[in-house]
Amino acid sequence: MNDQPVVRLTGVDKVFGRADAPKTTALEGIDLDIRRGEFVSLIGPSGCGKSTLLRIIGDLTSPTRGDVVVNGKPAERARRDRDYGMVFQAPVLFDWRTVEDNVKLPLEIQGAGGARREQRAKEMLELVELGDFLKHYPYQLSGGMQQRVAIARALAFEPAILLMDEPFGALDEMTRERMNSEVLRIWERTGTTVVFVTHSIPEAVFLSSRVVVMSARPGRITKVIDVDLPRPRSDDTRETRRYFELVTEVREALRRHGGTGDDDDELSLASPDRTMAEGAVG
Amino acid sequence: MATAVAAIRPAGRQPRADAGDRRRSIVAFTVFVIGLLVVWEGVKFIGGTPWRAPGALPGSPVLWNPPFRFPFATDLTLPHVWNIFLAFGQPWQRGSETNVAEYLFGAALFTWRASAIGFALGAFLGLVLATIFVHSRLLERAFVPYVIASQTVPIVALAPLIVFAFGASVFSVVIIATYLTFFPVTIAMIRGLRSFDPRAMELMRSYAASPAAIYWKLRLPASLPYLFTALKISATAGIVGAIIGEGPGGIQEGLGRVIITFNQYYITGPEKLWAAIIATAILGITFYLIVRAAEILVLRGRSGTAET
Repeated sequence: MNDQPVVRLTGVDKVFGRADAPKTTALEGIDLDIRRGEFVSLIGPSGCGKSTLLRIIGDLTSPTRGDVVVNGKPAERARRDRDYGMVFQAPVLFDWRTVEDNVKLPLEIQGAGGARREQRAKEMLELVELGDFLKHYPYQLSGGMQQRVAIARALAFEPAILLMDEPFGALDEMTRERMNSEVLRIWERTGTTVVFVTHSIPEAVFLSSRVVVMSARPGRITKVIDVDLPRPRSDDTRETRRYFELVTEVREALRRHGGTGDDDDELSLASPDRTMAEGAVG
Repeated sequence: MATAVAAIRPAGRQPRADAGDRRRSIVAFTVFVIGLLVVWEGVKFIGGTPWRAPGALPGSPVLWNPPFRFPFATDLTLPHVWNIFLAFGQPWQRGSETNVAEYLFGAALFTWRASAIGFALGAFLGLVLATIFVHSRLLERAFVPYVIASQTVPIVALAPLIVFAFGASVFSVVIIATYLTFFPVTIAMIRGLRSFDPRAMELMRSYAASPAAIYWKLRLPASLPYLFTALKISATAGIVGAIIGEGPGGIQEGLGRVIITFNQYYITGPEKLWAAIIATAILGITFYLIVRAAEILVLRGRSGTAET
């Protein structure tokens, strides 16, 4: 049972555009298995379809061709069974609800009882260290805190898979690193399978058990890199030789298949410790 | 704790009107009213009818004789503020036990009750229509033009028909007020019920939320700022509409009839009509403020709520 992948993608294509307009192939021939409890990052230049791939897994859009099997059933069924927790780049909190009521939202929709809602919301907010902010409104929180509320909300109903679409893309580098450590801590405690879209190389390496490198136009998987850094990982992990080697490996994989120079530039901007890493390796 | 919260609150996104803001707006309003009175009496001082003691009859001693005679500033067109004030205490009709203030209060209450019921019905009708329209493009395209066309018929023309059909009673005024309030709510809510963050809709989709859950937990709460904007328009429009409707409708108890009566006896008592105008304004403002208070209560905690 445990050997069965949580997510199995076979031959997934995604073509945008209607019959009368020029078509864009966003994804081509995607095959990917994600095992239970894995932390998988999708990384690639913008326009490589990594967000589209995430949305296909979550049944927020459907593939043009190919199969998506989640927990042994079609993605749509998995969504109806509420197997997914979503975290977007923006927190997307409901500003008319308090922090606590935001976390309760999915539980309300799923018809959980009042006592359980109360308890789960409290637990989840304590997990993301916002236990003192139950009664606050979203506008009273900083961007990082809002994103933590979004994570608590996604975890509230214990989804089988957590789908995160550049959740920390809008945060500054220091906050992002702190959030990365926090996500790892939560992942280690909950054992949830995570699919994580990012275009930060250090973030992908630090978090993942596997990094899936994608190329643009059409979006393809060019390389899958196993991240064998020991766990639990901490800030010290970011200073180990193996970490730098892996960062370099991901970067080179991206550059080899990266497509245009523009995309390369964007990626290097997203990884400020590039010079450090290269210095250490070279 | 309190200071920690203050520190993390982003600048410029303070919750709406704090005490200082509210005090400033009260001061501004008072200054405006005083300024209006000064201009009013100033014009009469320069070009009005000769000034006599408050409430005095023509023929009593002249206290001040203005240098000019402006036609728009005579005691008939622009009565003295204090005489308008005194008019509230006079019998509303020669020999009547009831004074103007009591009479106006009774009429205002009648009009308010009718327009408040009409307002509630109209808001509900508007909400139902908008809910139907945002769920069906087909119905929206088919019926919104008629909703708009309905508002191009002047209420003055429609009111007698309504009274003819339903009788000269509160019921007819309610229908008139409903007719005038449903429109702003429909139009605003067609927009408001679509004003949610599209990513929030994806979130709801990822929870496999039912259309009902999406409506009650996302669409409707997200639309409330639009609803209150429409309700504030409707509150005043409903009262004006009820008053206008009462006149040609021949409904006796409301402010509309009072205004027509005082209009007919304007020559003998212009202050009474002005008193009725003030009563109407107070009624409209009160109703508006009730809606505003509800808005503040319901939308508290949200960022960027419009200050009006």
